[in-house]
Amino acid sequence: MSVLDLTAIRQDFPILHQQVNDHPLVYLDNAASSQKPNLVIDAVADYYRKDNSNVHRGVHRLSQRATDSYEGARDKVRRFVNAQSDKEIIFVRGATEAVNLIAQSFVRPQIKAGDEILISHMEHHANIVPWQMLCEQTGATLNVIPMTMAGELDLSTLDELLTSKTKIMAIGHVSNALGTINPIKDMIAQAHAKNIPVLVDGAQAVPHMVVDVQDLDCDFYVFSGHKMFAPTGIGAMYGKLALLEDMPPWQGGGDMILSVSFAHTQYNELPYKFEAGTPNIAGAIGLGAAIDYMNTLGIANIAAHENALLVTATEKISVLPGVRVIGTASHKASVLSFMIEGVHPHDVGTIFDQQGLAIRTGHHCAQPVMQFFGIPATARASFAFYNTFDEIDALVGGIKKVQELFA
Amino acid sequence: MSNADLRDLYQEVIMDHNKKPRNFREMTDANHFAHGNNPLCGDALVVFLKLNDNVIEDVSFQGSGCAISVASASLMTETLKGKTLAEAEVLYEMVHKQMTGDEVDQSAMGKLAVLSGVKEFPARVKCATLSWHTLHAAMDTDHEISATTE
Repeated sequence: MSVLDLTAIRQDFPILHQQVNDHPLVYLDNAASSQKPNLVIDAVADYYRKDNSNVHRGVHRLSQRATDSYEGARDKVRRFVNAQSDKEIIFVRGATEAVNLIAQSFVRPQIKAGDEILISHMEHHANIVPWQMLCEQTGATLNVIPMTMAGELDLSTLDELLTSKTKIMAIGHVSNALGTINPIKDMIAQAHAKNIPVLVDGAQAVPHMVVDVQDLDCDFYVFSGHKMFAPTGIGAMYGKLALLEDMPPWQGGGDMILSVSFAHTQYNELPYKFEAGTPNIAGAIGLGAAIDYMNTLGIANIAAHENALLVTATEKISVLPGVRVIGTASHKASVLSFMIEGVHPHDVGTIFDQQGLAIRTGHHCAQPVMQFFGIPATARASFAFYNTFDEIDALVGGIKKVQELFA
Repeated sequence: MSNADLRDLYQEVIMDHNKKPRNFREMTDANHFAHGNNPLCGDALVVFLKLNDNVIEDVSFQGSGCAISVASASLMTETLKGKTLAEAEVLYEMVHKQMTGDEVDQSAMGKLAVLSGVKEFPARVKCATLSWHTLHAAMDTDHEISATTE
Protein backbone atom coordinates (compact mmCIF):
# COMPACT_ATOMS: atom_id res chain seq x y z
CA MET A 1 0.00 0.00 0.00
CA SER A 2 1.14 3.47 -0.67
CA VAL A 3 0.58 6.73 1.11
CA LEU A 4 -0.19 8.14 -2.32
CA ASP A 5 -3.36 7.61 -4.36
CA LEU A 6 -1.57 6.20 -7.39
CA THR A 7 -4.70 5.73 -9.50
CA ALA A 8 -5.53 9.41 -9.19
CA ILE A 9 -1.92 10.49 -9.67
CA ARG A 10 -1.52 8.44 -12.82
CA GLN A 11 -4.64 10.09 -14.24
CA ASP A 12 -2.69 13.36 -14.04
CA PHE A 13 -0.01 12.05 -16.42
CA PRO A 14 -1.54 11.53 -19.88
CA ILE A 15 1.63 10.04 -21.40
CA LEU A 16 1.52 7.04 -19.07
CA HIS A 17 -1.66 5.74 -20.69
CA GLN A 18 -0.37 4.30 -23.93
CA GLN A 19 0.68 1.01 -25.43
CA VAL A 20 4.27 0.47 -26.51
CA ASN A 21 4.87 -2.56 -28.71
CA ASP A 22 1.41 -3.83 -27.74
CA HIS A 23 2.16 -3.61 -24.01
CA PRO A 24 1.14 -0.93 -21.54
CA LEU A 25 4.00 1.54 -21.14
CA VAL A 26 6.04 0.96 -17.99
CA TYR A 27 8.17 4.08 -17.65
CA LEU A 28 11.21 3.44 -15.46
CA ASP A 29 13.60 5.99 -16.98
CA ASN A 30 12.84 8.85 -14.63
CA ALA A 31 16.46 9.61 -13.80
CA ALA A 32 16.96 10.48 -17.47
CA SER A 33 13.82 12.58 -17.70
CA SER A 34 10.53 12.50 -15.83
CA GLN A 35 7.01 12.77 -17.24
CA LYS A 36 4.84 15.88 -16.92
CA PRO A 37 1.48 16.17 -15.18
CA ASN A 38 -1.44 18.01 -16.80
CA LEU A 39 -0.88 20.85 -14.32
CA VAL A 40 2.52 21.53 -15.91
CA ILE A 41 1.41 20.96 -19.50
CA ASP A 42 -1.58 23.27 -18.97
CA ALA A 43 0.51 25.95 -17.27
CA VAL A 44 2.81 26.09 -20.29
CA ALA A 45 -0.07 26.02 -22.79
CA ASP A 46 -2.06 28.62 -20.83
CA TYR A 47 0.92 30.94 -20.79
CA TYR A 48 1.19 30.75 -24.57
CA ARG A 49 -2.60 30.99 -25.05
CA LYS A 50 -3.26 33.87 -22.68
CA ASP A 51 -0.19 35.70 -21.38
CA ASN A 52 2.66 35.29 -23.89
CA SER A 53 4.85 38.41 -24.14
CA ASN A 54 8.26 39.52 -22.95
CA VAL A 55 9.10 39.99 -19.29
CA HIS A 56 10.54 42.93 -17.35
CA ARG A 57 10.05 45.51 -20.09
CA GLY A 58 6.52 46.08 -21.25
CA VAL A 59 4.03 48.36 -19.59
CA HIS A 60 1.17 46.55 -21.26
CA ARG A 61 -1.04 44.06 -19.47
CA LEU A 62 0.29 40.88 -21.08
CA SER A 63 3.87 41.75 -20.23
CA GLN A 64 2.88 42.44 -16.65
CA ARG A 65 1.10 39.10 -16.41
CA ALA A 66 4.07 37.26 -17.94
CA THR A 67 6.43 39.02 -15.55
CA ASP A 68 4.22 38.21 -12.56
CA SER A 69 4.06 34.54 -13.53
CA TYR A 70 7.80 34.32 -14.21
CA GLU A 71 8.74 36.01 -10.94
CA GLY A 72 6.06 34.00 -9.14
CA ALA A 73 7.81 30.85 -10.36
CA ARG A 74 11.09 32.16 -9.00
CA ASP A 75 9.51 32.58 -5.59
CA LYS A 76 8.15 29.03 -5.77
CA VAL A 77 11.68 27.76 -6.47
CA ARG A 78 13.00 29.86 -3.56
CA ARG A 79 10.52 28.25 -1.17
CA PHE A 80 11.13 24.81 -2.70
CA VAL A 81 14.81 24.89 -1.69
CA ASN A 82 14.24 27.25 1.27
CA ALA A 83 16.52 30.03 0.07
CA GLN A 84 16.34 33.35 1.91
CA SER A 85 15.81 35.62 -1.06
CA ASP A 86 14.46 35.49 -4.61
CA LYS A 87 17.70 37.22 -5.59
CA GLU A 88 19.50 33.97 -4.85
CA ILE A 89 17.53 32.03 -7.49
CA ILE A 90 18.83 32.25 -11.06
CA PHE A 91 16.92 30.58 -13.87
CA VAL A 92 19.19 28.57 -16.18
CA ARG A 93 18.77 25.96 -18.93
CA GLY A 94 19.52 23.18 -16.50
CA ALA A 95 22.08 21.87 -14.03
CA THR A 96 24.70 21.66 -16.77
CA GLU A 97 24.48 25.35 -17.59
CA ALA A 98 24.59 26.24 -13.89
CA VAL A 99 27.82 24.27 -13.31
CA ASN A 100 29.40 25.99 -16.30
CA LEU A 101 28.22 29.38 -15.03
CA ILE A 102 29.73 28.80 -11.58
CA ALA A 103 32.98 27.45 -13.06
CA GLN A 104 33.45 30.46 -15.30
CA SER A 105 31.97 33.27 -13.23
CA PHE A 106 32.75 32.25 -9.64
CA VAL A 107 35.84 30.03 -9.77
CA ARG A 108 37.74 31.23 -12.83
CA PRO A 109 38.44 34.79 -11.61
CA GLN A 110 40.04 33.47 -8.42
CA ILE A 111 41.90 30.37 -9.63
CA LYS A 112 45.43 30.09 -10.96
CA ALA A 113 47.89 27.43 -12.08
CA GLY A 114 48.58 24.95 -9.29
CA ASP A 115 45.24 25.51 -7.55
CA GLU A 116 42.83 22.63 -7.12
CA ILE A 117 39.20 21.71 -7.78
CA LEU A 118 37.69 18.77 -5.91
CA ILE A 119 34.94 16.55 -7.31
CA SER A 120 34.03 12.89 -6.68
CA HIS A 121 34.40 9.67 -8.64
CA MET A 122 30.64 9.32 -9.06
CA GLU A 123 29.91 12.65 -10.74
CA HIS A 124 27.81 13.01 -13.87
CA HIS A 125 29.82 14.30 -16.84
CA ALA A 126 28.08 17.66 -16.31
CA ASN A 127 29.99 18.01 -13.04
CA ILE A 128 33.30 16.78 -14.49
CA VAL A 129 33.81 18.32 -17.92
CA PRO A 130 33.22 22.01 -17.01
CA TRP A 131 35.94 21.63 -14.35
CA GLN A 132 38.31 19.89 -16.76
CA MET A 133 37.78 22.78 -19.17
CA LEU A 134 38.53 25.26 -16.39
CA CYS A 135 41.69 23.31 -15.49
CA GLU A 136 42.81 23.46 -19.13
CA GLN A 137 42.15 27.20 -19.20
CA THR A 138 44.02 27.95 -15.96
CA GLY A 139 46.51 25.16 -15.26
CA ALA A 140 44.60 24.11 -12.14
CA THR A 141 44.40 20.46 -11.04
CA LEU A 142 41.26 18.32 -10.78
CA ASN A 143 41.20 16.04 -7.72
CA VAL A 144 38.72 13.24 -7.16
CA ILE A 145 37.20 11.83 -3.95
CA PRO A 146 37.42 8.04 -4.30
CA MET A 147 34.57 5.54 -4.13
CA THR A 148 34.04 2.13 -2.53
CA MET A 149 32.75 -1.06 -4.17
CA ALA A 150 29.34 -0.39 -2.60
CA GLY A 151 29.20 2.86 -4.54
CA GLU A 152 29.68 5.12 -1.54
CA LEU A 153 32.19 7.93 -1.31
CA ASP A 154 35.33 6.98 0.59
CA LEU A 155 35.51 9.98 2.87
CA SER A 156 38.58 8.81 4.78
CA THR A 157 40.73 10.89 2.43
CA LEU A 158 38.47 13.94 2.28
CA ASP A 159 40.47 15.89 4.83
CA GLU A 160 43.69 15.49 2.80
CA LEU A 161 41.91 16.33 -0.44
CA LEU A 162 40.59 19.61 0.97
CA THR A 163 43.78 21.67 0.81
CA SER A 164 44.76 25.32 1.07
CA LYS A 165 44.74 25.33 -2.75
CA THR A 166 41.20 23.93 -3.18
CA LYS A 167 39.04 26.65 -4.73
CA ILE A 168 35.78 24.70 -4.79
CA MET A 169 34.34 21.29 -3.97
CA ALA A 170 31.65 20.30 -6.49
CA ILE A 171 29.69 17.26 -5.44
CA GLY A 172 26.56 15.39 -6.47
CA HIS A 173 23.77 15.09 -3.92
CA VAL A 174 22.50 11.83 -5.43
CA SER A 175 24.41 9.72 -7.98
CA ASN A 176 22.51 9.31 -11.25
CA ALA A 177 24.25 6.02 -12.08
CA LEU A 178 24.15 4.38 -8.64
CA GLY A 179 21.43 6.16 -6.65
CA THR A 180 23.78 6.83 -3.74
CA ILE A 181 22.71 9.69 -1.47
CA ASN A 182 25.91 11.39 -0.43
CA PRO A 183 26.33 12.81 3.12
CA ILE A 184 26.68 16.30 1.73
CA LYS A 185 25.79 18.20 4.90
CA ASP A 186 28.81 16.73 6.72
CA MET A 187 31.02 17.18 3.67
CA ILE A 188 29.99 20.82 3.36
CA ALA A 189 30.81 21.42 7.03
CA GLN A 190 34.20 19.79 6.53
CA ALA A 191 34.96 21.98 3.51
CA HIS A 192 33.73 25.13 5.22
CA ALA A 193 36.02 24.44 8.16
CA LYS A 194 38.78 25.19 5.66
CA ASN A 195 36.89 28.06 4.01
CA ILE A 196 36.33 26.08 0.83
CA PRO A 197 33.05 26.85 -0.98
CA VAL A 198 30.81 23.97 -2.06
CA LEU A 199 28.62 23.46 -5.13
CA VAL A 200 26.00 20.71 -4.90
CA ASP A 201 24.65 19.14 -8.09
CA GLY A 202 21.10 18.35 -7.00
CA ALA A 203 19.69 17.21 -10.35
CA GLN A 204 18.94 13.70 -9.03
CA ALA A 205 17.93 14.82 -5.53
CA VAL A 206 15.19 17.42 -5.99
CA PRO A 207 12.64 15.01 -7.53
CA HIS A 208 12.89 12.75 -4.51
CA MET A 209 13.57 14.59 -1.26
CA VAL A 210 13.21 17.80 0.68
CA VAL A 211 16.15 20.12 0.00
CA ASP A 212 16.94 22.97 2.38
CA VAL A 213 19.89 25.04 1.19
CA GLN A 214 20.09 26.96 4.47
CA ASP A 215 20.23 23.79 6.51
CA LEU A 216 22.85 22.30 4.18
CA ASP A 217 24.71 25.62 4.17
CA CYS A 218 25.90 24.92 0.61
CA ASP A 219 27.21 27.87 -1.38
CA PHE A 220 25.57 26.80 -4.64
CA TYR A 221 22.84 24.25 -5.39
CA VAL A 222 21.87 23.50 -8.99
CA PHE A 223 19.18 21.39 -10.63
CA SER A 224 17.23 20.77 -13.83
CA GLY A 225 13.48 21.09 -14.22
CA HIS A 226 12.87 18.17 -16.57
CA LYS A 227 13.92 15.57 -14.00
CA MET A 228 11.32 16.96 -11.58
CA PHE A 229 8.22 16.89 -13.79
CA ALA A 230 8.84 20.31 -15.39
CA PRO A 231 9.69 21.07 -19.04
CA THR A 232 13.13 20.60 -20.58
CA GLY A 233 15.36 23.62 -21.02
CA ILE A 234 14.69 25.15 -17.61
CA GLY A 235 16.53 24.72 -14.34
CA ALA A 236 17.62 26.75 -11.37
CA MET A 237 20.78 27.76 -9.62
CA TYR A 238 20.80 28.80 -5.99
CA GLY A 239 23.77 30.83 -4.81
CA LYS A 240 24.46 32.63 -1.56
CA LEU A 241 23.68 36.30 -2.03
CA ALA A 242 27.11 37.60 -1.02
CA LEU A 243 28.84 35.30 -3.52
CA LEU A 244 26.47 36.11 -6.37
CA GLU A 245 26.89 39.84 -5.77
CA ASP A 246 30.64 39.60 -6.18
CA MET A 247 30.51 37.44 -9.29
CA PRO A 248 30.80 39.03 -12.74
CA PRO A 249 27.98 38.32 -15.22
CA TRP A 250 28.43 35.17 -17.28
CA GLN A 251 26.73 36.19 -20.47
CA GLY A 252 26.05 39.69 -21.71
CA GLY A 253 22.91 40.92 -23.40
CA GLY A 254 19.54 42.41 -22.76
CA ASP A 255 17.83 42.21 -19.37
CA MET A 256 21.13 41.88 -17.48
CA ILE A 257 21.90 45.60 -17.71
CA LEU A 258 20.75 48.79 -16.03
CA SER A 259 22.22 51.12 -18.61
CA VAL A 260 24.37 50.77 -21.70
CA SER A 261 26.55 53.29 -23.45
CA PHE A 262 29.60 52.66 -25.61
CA ALA A 263 31.72 54.03 -22.78
CA HIS A 264 30.22 52.00 -19.97
CA THR A 265 27.60 49.40 -19.16
CA GLN A 266 26.11 49.11 -15.72
CA TYR A 267 24.96 45.62 -14.86
CA ASN A 268 21.54 44.86 -13.49
CA GLU A 269 20.95 43.75 -9.94
CA LEU A 270 20.43 40.14 -8.86
CA PRO A 271 19.06 37.84 -10.08
CA TYR A 272 18.78 39.53 -13.50
CA LYS A 273 22.56 40.05 -13.74
CA PHE A 274 22.80 36.35 -14.65
CA GLU A 275 19.78 36.16 -16.96
CA ALA A 276 20.90 37.74 -20.22
CA GLY A 277 18.39 37.71 -23.04
CA THR A 278 14.74 36.73 -23.01
CA PRO A 279 14.54 33.78 -20.64
CA ASN A 280 12.61 30.52 -20.92
CA ILE A 281 9.46 32.12 -19.49
CA ALA A 282 7.14 29.20 -20.24
CA GLY A 283 9.68 26.77 -18.82
CA ALA A 284 9.99 28.71 -15.58
CA ILE A 285 6.19 28.82 -15.25
CA GLY A 286 6.11 25.08 -15.90
CA LEU A 287 8.76 24.56 -13.22
CA GLY A 288 6.65 26.53 -10.77
CA ALA A 289 3.65 24.35 -11.61
CA ALA A 290 5.72 21.18 -11.09
CA ILE A 291 6.69 22.44 -7.64
CA ASP A 292 3.01 23.12 -6.89
CA TYR A 293 2.18 19.59 -7.97
CA MET A 294 4.90 18.00 -5.82
CA ASN A 295 3.83 20.09 -2.84
CA THR A 296 0.25 18.91 -3.25
CA LEU A 297 1.41 15.30 -2.98
CA GLY A 298 3.85 16.13 -0.20
CA ILE A 299 7.55 15.58 -0.77
CA ALA A 300 7.80 13.37 2.32
CA ASN A 301 5.03 11.16 0.88
CA ILE A 302 6.84 11.04 -2.47
CA ALA A 303 10.05 9.98 -0.74
CA ALA A 304 8.26 7.30 1.30
CA HIS A 305 6.55 5.75 -1.73
CA GLU A 306 9.69 5.81 -3.88
CA ASN A 307 11.73 4.28 -1.10
CA ALA A 308 9.21 1.46 -0.81
CA LEU A 309 9.45 0.92 -4.58
CA LEU A 310 13.25 0.89 -4.48
CA VAL A 311 13.41 -1.51 -1.53
CA THR A 312 10.88 -3.89 -3.12
CA ALA A 313 12.57 -3.79 -6.53
CA THR A 314 16.00 -4.34 -5.00
CA GLU A 315 14.74 -7.33 -3.00
CA LYS A 316 13.01 -8.91 -5.99
CA ILE A 317 15.89 -8.37 -8.40
CA SER A 318 18.70 -9.34 -6.01
CA VAL A 319 17.31 -12.85 -5.57
CA LEU A 320 17.21 -13.55 -9.32
CA PRO A 321 20.06 -15.83 -10.37
CA GLY A 322 22.62 -14.15 -12.62
CA VAL A 323 21.59 -10.62 -11.72
CA ARG A 324 24.00 -8.23 -10.01
CA VAL A 325 22.97 -4.87 -8.57
CA ILE A 326 25.54 -2.12 -9.18
CA GLY A 327 25.44 0.42 -6.37
CA THR A 328 24.56 -0.98 -2.96
CA ALA A 329 25.00 2.09 -0.78
CA SER A 330 23.09 2.12 2.47
CA HIS A 331 21.36 5.39 1.54
CA LYS A 332 19.90 5.41 -1.96
CA ALA A 333 17.20 7.18 -3.93
CA SER A 334 15.20 6.03 -6.93
CA VAL A 335 17.95 4.36 -8.95
CA LEU A 336 18.47 0.62 -9.48
CA SER A 337 21.40 -0.18 -11.77
CA PHE A 338 21.99 -3.81 -12.62
CA MET A 339 23.77 -6.31 -14.85
CA ILE A 340 22.38 -9.58 -16.19
CA GLU A 341 25.13 -12.16 -16.50
CA GLY A 342 26.12 -12.86 -20.09
CA VAL A 343 23.89 -10.17 -21.56
CA HIS A 344 25.03 -6.72 -22.60
CA PRO A 345 22.80 -3.93 -21.19
CA HIS A 346 22.05 -2.71 -24.70
CA ASP A 347 20.40 -6.04 -25.51
CA VAL A 348 18.48 -5.82 -22.23
CA GLY A 349 17.16 -2.42 -23.31
CA THR A 350 15.88 -3.69 -26.66
CA ILE A 351 14.19 -6.75 -25.17
CA PHE A 352 12.61 -4.59 -22.46
CA ASP A 353 11.34 -2.14 -25.05
CA GLN A 354 9.55 -4.96 -26.84
CA GLN A 355 7.61 -5.45 -23.59
CA GLY A 356 6.81 -1.75 -23.20
CA LEU A 357 9.45 -1.33 -20.49
CA ALA A 358 11.41 1.91 -20.77
CA ILE A 359 14.72 1.90 -18.92
CA ARG A 360 18.10 3.45 -19.59
CA THR A 361 20.99 1.37 -20.77
CA GLY A 362 24.47 2.77 -21.18
CA HIS A 363 27.06 4.61 -19.17
CA HIS A 364 24.57 7.20 -17.86
CA CYS A 365 26.99 10.06 -18.59
CA ALA A 366 29.12 8.71 -15.76
CA GLN A 367 31.89 6.82 -17.55
CA PRO A 368 34.32 7.01 -14.59
CA VAL A 369 31.74 5.05 -12.54
CA MET A 370 31.59 2.36 -15.24
CA GLN A 371 35.41 2.24 -15.40
CA PHE A 372 35.52 1.83 -11.61
CA PHE A 373 33.28 -1.24 -11.73
CA GLY A 374 35.02 -2.55 -14.86
CA ILE A 375 31.84 -2.64 -16.92
CA PRO A 376 30.95 -0.89 -20.19
CA ALA A 377 27.42 0.01 -19.15
CA THR A 378 24.52 -0.91 -16.90
CA ALA A 379 20.80 -1.32 -17.23
CA ARG A 380 19.14 1.25 -14.99
CA ALA A 381 15.58 1.35 -13.71
CA SER A 382 14.72 4.62 -11.98
CA PHE A 383 11.49 5.38 -10.18
CA ALA A 384 9.15 8.32 -9.76
CA PHE A 385 6.16 8.70 -7.48
CA TYR A 386 3.74 7.59 -10.22
CA ASN A 387 5.35 4.16 -10.51
CA THR A 388 3.53 1.17 -9.04
CA PHE A 389 4.43 -2.13 -7.45
CA ASP A 390 2.89 -3.87 -10.49
CA GLU A 391 5.50 -2.13 -12.60
CA ILE A 392 8.23 -3.69 -10.48
CA ASP A 393 6.73 -7.08 -11.28
CA ALA A 394 6.85 -6.12 -14.96
CA LEU A 395 10.54 -5.27 -14.49
CA VAL A 396 11.20 -8.67 -12.93
CA GLY A 397 9.24 -10.31 -15.77
CA GLY A 398 11.36 -8.40 -18.27
CA ILE A 399 14.58 -9.70 -16.73
CA LYS A 400 13.26 -13.26 -16.87
CA LYS A 401 12.35 -12.79 -20.53
CA VAL A 402 15.89 -11.62 -21.29
CA GLN A 403 17.32 -14.65 -19.53
CA GLU A 404 14.99 -16.96 -21.45
CA LEU A 405 16.06 -15.51 -24.75
CA PHE A 406 19.76 -15.63 -23.89
CA ALA A 407 19.61 -19.05 -22.18
CA MET B 1 5.59 -8.33 -27.83
CA SER B 2 6.31 -10.11 -30.05
CA ASN B 3 8.65 -12.81 -29.44
CA ALA B 4 8.63 -13.38 -33.18
CA ASP B 5 10.08 -9.93 -33.80
CA LEU B 6 12.72 -10.42 -31.15
CA ARG B 7 13.62 -13.73 -32.70
CA ASP B 8 14.11 -11.92 -36.03
CA LEU B 9 16.71 -9.81 -34.28
CA TYR B 10 18.22 -12.41 -32.01
CA GLN B 11 18.37 -15.30 -34.45
CA GLU B 12 20.05 -18.55 -33.48
CA VAL B 13 23.08 -17.75 -35.63
CA ILE B 14 23.48 -14.38 -33.94
CA MET B 15 23.18 -15.86 -30.47
CA ASP B 16 25.74 -18.48 -31.39
CA HIS B 17 28.25 -15.94 -32.71
CA ASN B 18 27.72 -13.80 -29.62
CA LYS B 19 28.45 -16.70 -27.31
CA LYS B 20 31.32 -18.06 -29.36
CA PRO B 21 32.70 -15.22 -31.46
CA ARG B 22 34.90 -16.45 -34.32
CA ASN B 23 38.34 -14.98 -34.97
CA PHE B 24 38.19 -13.28 -31.58
CA ARG B 25 41.89 -12.70 -31.01
CA GLU B 26 44.63 -10.20 -31.26
CA MET B 27 46.65 -10.60 -34.47
CA THR B 28 50.32 -10.02 -33.78
CA ASP B 29 51.33 -9.93 -37.44
CA ALA B 30 48.50 -7.68 -38.60
CA ASN B 31 49.55 -4.98 -41.05
CA HIS B 32 46.36 -2.95 -40.66
CA PHE B 33 44.13 -2.33 -37.68
CA ALA B 34 41.68 0.22 -36.31
CA HIS B 35 39.72 0.97 -33.15
CA GLY B 36 35.96 1.40 -33.21
CA ASN B 37 33.86 2.97 -30.46
CA ASN B 38 30.18 3.53 -30.02
CA PRO B 39 30.18 6.15 -27.25
CA LEU B 40 26.42 5.85 -26.78
CA CYS B 41 26.49 2.29 -25.50
CA GLY B 42 30.14 1.78 -24.70
CA ASP B 43 30.81 -0.81 -27.40
CA ALA B 44 34.51 -0.87 -28.22
CA LEU B 45 36.42 -3.14 -30.56
CA VAL B 46 39.61 -3.47 -32.57
CA VAL B 47 39.66 -4.98 -36.05
CA PHE B 48 42.95 -6.52 -37.24
CA LEU B 49 43.75 -7.16 -40.90
CA LYS B 50 46.53 -9.01 -42.64
CA LEU B 51 46.57 -7.94 -46.26
CA ASN B 52 48.60 -9.55 -48.96
CA ASP B 53 48.35 -7.99 -52.42
CA ASN B 54 44.86 -6.67 -51.80
CA VAL B 55 43.68 -10.02 -50.50
CA ILE B 56 42.48 -10.35 -46.91
CA GLU B 57 44.66 -13.20 -45.77
CA ASP B 58 43.47 -12.97 -42.18
CA VAL B 59 41.02 -10.83 -40.22
CA SER B 60 40.22 -10.87 -36.49
CA PHE B 61 38.73 -8.68 -33.79
CA GLN B 62 38.72 -8.08 -30.06
CA GLY B 63 36.60 -6.01 -27.75
CA SER B 64 33.32 -5.89 -25.92
CA GLY B 65 29.83 -5.05 -26.97
CA CYS B 66 26.24 -6.12 -27.18
CA ALA B 67 25.15 -9.36 -28.86
CA ILE B 68 24.45 -7.59 -32.13
CA SER B 69 27.82 -5.87 -32.39
CA VAL B 70 29.80 -8.96 -31.33
CA ALA B 71 27.89 -11.28 -33.66
CA SER B 72 28.14 -8.82 -36.54
CA ALA B 73 31.90 -8.54 -36.06
CA SER B 74 32.26 -12.31 -35.82
CA LEU B 75 30.20 -12.90 -38.97
CA MET B 76 32.20 -10.22 -40.76
CA THR B 77 35.52 -11.92 -40.05
CA GLU B 78 34.20 -15.29 -41.23
CA THR B 79 32.85 -13.77 -44.43
CA LEU B 80 35.90 -11.71 -45.34
CA LYS B 81 38.70 -14.20 -45.05
CA GLY B 82 40.18 -14.76 -48.51
CA LYS B 83 38.20 -11.93 -50.11
CA THR B 84 39.83 -9.12 -52.06
CA LEU B 85 39.59 -5.53 -50.81
CA ALA B 86 37.25 -4.77 -53.72
CA GLU B 87 34.95 -7.62 -52.69
CA ALA B 88 35.06 -6.42 -49.08
CA GLU B 89 34.09 -2.95 -50.23
CA VAL B 90 31.06 -4.35 -52.06
CA LEU B 91 29.97 -6.25 -48.94
CA TYR B 92 30.46 -3.12 -46.81
CA GLU B 93 28.09 -1.24 -49.12
CA MET B 94 25.56 -4.08 -49.06
CA VAL B 95 25.57 -4.29 -45.26
CA HIS B 96 24.89 -0.57 -45.16
CA LYS B 97 22.04 -0.82 -47.62
CA GLN B 98 20.55 -3.72 -45.72
CA MET B 99 20.55 -1.71 -42.49
CA THR B 100 18.98 1.35 -44.03
CA GLY B 101 16.17 -0.70 -45.53
CA ASP B 102 17.23 -0.68 -49.18
CA GLU B 103 16.58 -3.75 -51.27
CA VAL B 104 19.54 -6.08 -51.17
CA ASP B 105 20.05 -9.38 -52.93
CA GLN B 106 19.95 -11.63 -49.86
CA SER B 107 21.57 -14.52 -51.73
CA ALA B 108 24.68 -12.39 -52.28
CA MET B 109 24.87 -11.65 -48.56
CA GLY B 110 25.54 -15.21 -47.50
CA LYS B 111 25.64 -15.60 -43.73
CA LEU B 112 25.35 -11.84 -43.31
CA ALA B 113 21.68 -12.15 -44.24
CA VAL B 114 20.89 -13.06 -40.61
CA LEU B 115 21.46 -9.40 -39.76
CA SER B 116 18.48 -8.34 -41.86
CA GLY B 117 16.25 -8.22 -38.73
CA VAL B 118 18.30 -5.34 -37.35
CA LYS B 119 16.69 -2.80 -39.67
CA GLU B 120 13.42 -3.20 -37.73
CA PHE B 121 15.27 -1.90 -34.65
CA PRO B 122 16.68 1.49 -35.71
CA ALA B 123 18.35 2.05 -32.34
CA ARG B 124 20.48 -1.04 -32.97
CA VAL B 125 21.71 -0.34 -36.50
CA LYS B 126 24.88 1.28 -35.20
CA CYS B 127 25.64 -1.85 -33.19
CA ALA B 128 25.58 -3.97 -36.33
CA THR B 129 27.61 -1.57 -38.44
CA LEU B 130 30.34 -0.71 -35.89
CA SER B 131 32.63 -3.56 -36.96
CA TRP B 132 32.16 -2.70 -40.63
CA HIS B 133 33.01 0.97 -40.08
CA THR B 134 36.06 -0.13 -38.14
CA LEU B 135 37.05 -2.52 -40.93
CA HIS B 136 36.77 0.33 -43.39
CA ALA B 137 39.03 2.47 -41.25
CA ALA B 138 41.54 -0.39 -41.01
CA MET B 139 41.49 -0.89 -44.79
CA ASP B 140 42.21 2.78 -45.39
CA THR B 141 45.19 3.08 -43.15
CA ASP B 142 47.97 1.24 -41.44
CA HIS B 143 47.84 3.66 -38.54
CA GLU B 144 45.84 3.42 -35.37
CA ILE B 145 42.75 5.50 -35.81
CA SER B 146 39.44 5.75 -34.07
CA ALA B 147 36.30 5.01 -36.03
CA THR B 148 33.43 6.55 -34.17
CA THR B 149 30.13 5.69 -35.73
CA GLU B 150 28.24 8.79 -36.60
